[in-house]
Amino acid sequence: MSSPEFKNPVVKWIDHRLPVFSFMHHELHEYPTPRNLSYLWNLGSLAGLALVTMIVTGIILAMHYTPHVDHAFESVERIMRDVNHGWLIRYIHMNGASFFFIVVYIHIFRGLYYGSYKAPRELLWILGVLILLLMMATAFMGYVLPWGQMSFWGATVITNLFSAIPLIGDSIVVWLWGGFSVDNPTLSRFFALHYLMPFMIVGVVILHIIALHRFGSNNPLGIDVSGKQDTIPFHPYYTSKDLFGAMVFLTIFASAIFFYPNFLGHPDNYIPANPLQTPAHIVPEWYFLPFYAILRAIPDKLGGVLFMFGAIAVLFILPWLDRSPVRSGRFRPLFKMFFWVLLADCVLLGYLGGKPAEGIYVTLSRLATAYYFIHFLVILPLLSVVEKTRPLPQSISMPVTGAGMSAALAAKRGKADV
Amino acid sequence: MSDTVENQGRRDFIVVATNTMLAVGAAAVAYPFINQMNPAADTLALSSIEVDVSGIEEGQAITVKWRGKPVFIRHRTAAEIALADQVSMDDLRDPEGDMDRVEKPEYLVIQGICTHLGCVPLGQKIGEIKGDFNGWFCPCHGSHYDTSGRIRKGPAPTNLEVPPYAFLSDNVIKIG
Ligand code: HEM
Ligand code: FES
Repeated sequence: MSSPEFKNPVVKWIDHRLPVFSFMHHELHEYPTPRNLSYLWNLGSLAGLALVTMIVTGIILAMHYTPHVDHAFESVERIMRDVNHGWLIRYIHMNGASFFFIVVYIHIFRGLYYGSYKAPRELLWILGVLILLLMMATAFMGYVLPWGQMSFWGATVITNLFSAIPLIGDSIVVWLWGGFSVDNPTLSRFFALHYLMPFMIVGVVILHIIALHRFGSNNPLGIDVSGKQDTIPFHPYYTSKDLFGAMVFLTIFASAIFFYPNFLGHPDNYIPANPLQTPAHIVPEWYFLPFYAILRAIPDKLGGVLFMFGAIAVLFILPWLDRSPVRSGRFRPLFKMFFWVLLADCVLLGYLGGKPAEGIYVTLSRLATAYYFIHFLVILPLLSVVEKTRPLPQSISMPVTGAGMSAALAAKRGKADV
Repeated sequence: MSDTVENQGRRDFIVVATNTMLAVGAAAVAYPFINQMNPAADTLALSSIEVDVSGIEEGQAITVKWRGKPVFIRHRTAAEIALADQVSMDDLRDPEGDMDRVEKPEYLVIQGICTHLGCVPLGQKIGEIKGDFNGWFCPCHGSHYDTSGRIRKGPAPTNLEVPPYAFLSDNVIKIG
């Protein structure tokens, strides 16, 4: 680590004793980053922005919210009507969850396409999947808090998934509920956990970034950085690019908050929870729909639950399923095709998850579920063996193979390699 | 320090003994922290109710709340009882005779909680869908129950549960 020379004497004095400024300079300023990152590499910083937004608005909501079955619904309505700008804070939090998932899903598919899960980034990838799991748990418990009909029945159906576990399942469900149904003890513990888990996410995000900075970002070519000429300092190049991306993101996010705040929500959640009446058509939030479709596709209770969790489990072991040494989909003609089929399959699962479980929808859900698992468990391992990949460029600064290297660059390369 | 074989064995013993006691201690401390999430004493205390069933007309049903969940009490018609009784055990996913599910055949008392994932099935109110077997239908993922509340079609694994109950008099039942 090269120690920067700070001009400000106070900064200098502090940095000598507590090297936070050196640390920040190293990780955010000079941090060498591949020069060819596309806009798909903006999603990481956007996810961070979304997480901070959720924590800030969440803590404010918690100041006005009452976690009790008799008051929760009213306290949220009070936030909407009476608390100064409460409607804004809540709409940011509500839509923020959806936007957080949009960002993270794009971030994940980016990784899938460019092989960012391959060596030496396996742990970085696994930490990412862990963040996804924690986000799901957090969003699920958050959705229970306003105590509307969807909150209540969503909580009932999802906690009941654990009753599929043989022998101890029913005791686990009673333990989760703290009673014999979803009720006040359930609501208060969900509130406590909903407050806690985002901070656990922050912890895992820090590990995720430590792992990232060990080898640096992958890039659209999927080849390693071969020297100084392949990188540019993070600041000002990527700080400004990330900032621009954040502006675009915030513009879209703000449009949703101000013009279509309930577009992604479900009107039934504005009806107070009623334990004696299930709404005619219950669906989870959109970001859970693909998993919900998998759950319902399997005609067996335990099987459905296992496949649903299995859909995430395959992501954990993905680095060992896809053994192809080539990272980027750009140089893998067959993989590229199957990638798009997988993406379409996931969108189809999402669509089916929102439809009633009957007739053609059931058949399609089964096919789409089967394809999802076949992609990861059969196609990827097979491709690693049979696919003929295209030739890789020599370096990032020289993406066109065989094209004449400029003399200056060649000289630089020579130097860097020494 | 002398590192004789004899000493090594003693050290291993100390290490294993220490780790074992640590594990036992950790488990003992973990237990109350886990058990606090189980139903509290006051939640357990709320667990019985009495219901007068004389007001239910034949063919009608009421829903009462017990332990936070709905209990269905249906005053069945002779036709419904006959239908439930005649079913062959081979046609049932969770074989159970109708007579084993009731105290008095006219009154079917069952928990109104789908055994799949816990939704409340439709079929209590007049005009609601009762499913292919004329009992109840769960709209969440499509489970059909018959006039004895037994699962006949759909993802639910078992029959609608019969809660513990007894007739205190001809007309009053105690649930729980
Ligand atoms: C990972 C970050 C987070 C996610 C994904 C998330 C997600 C959600 C969701 C989906 C809701 C339901 C919104 C609705 O339909 O009304 C919600 C509600 C709520 N959240 Fe969060 N949340 C996060 C962080 C936090 C934090 C750090 C707090 C701090 C205590 C918090 C406090 C609340 C409160 C009080 C509510 C109930 C009020 C309401 O429903 O609007 N959240 N959250
Ligand atoms: S909860 Fe009734 S069918 Fe799933």
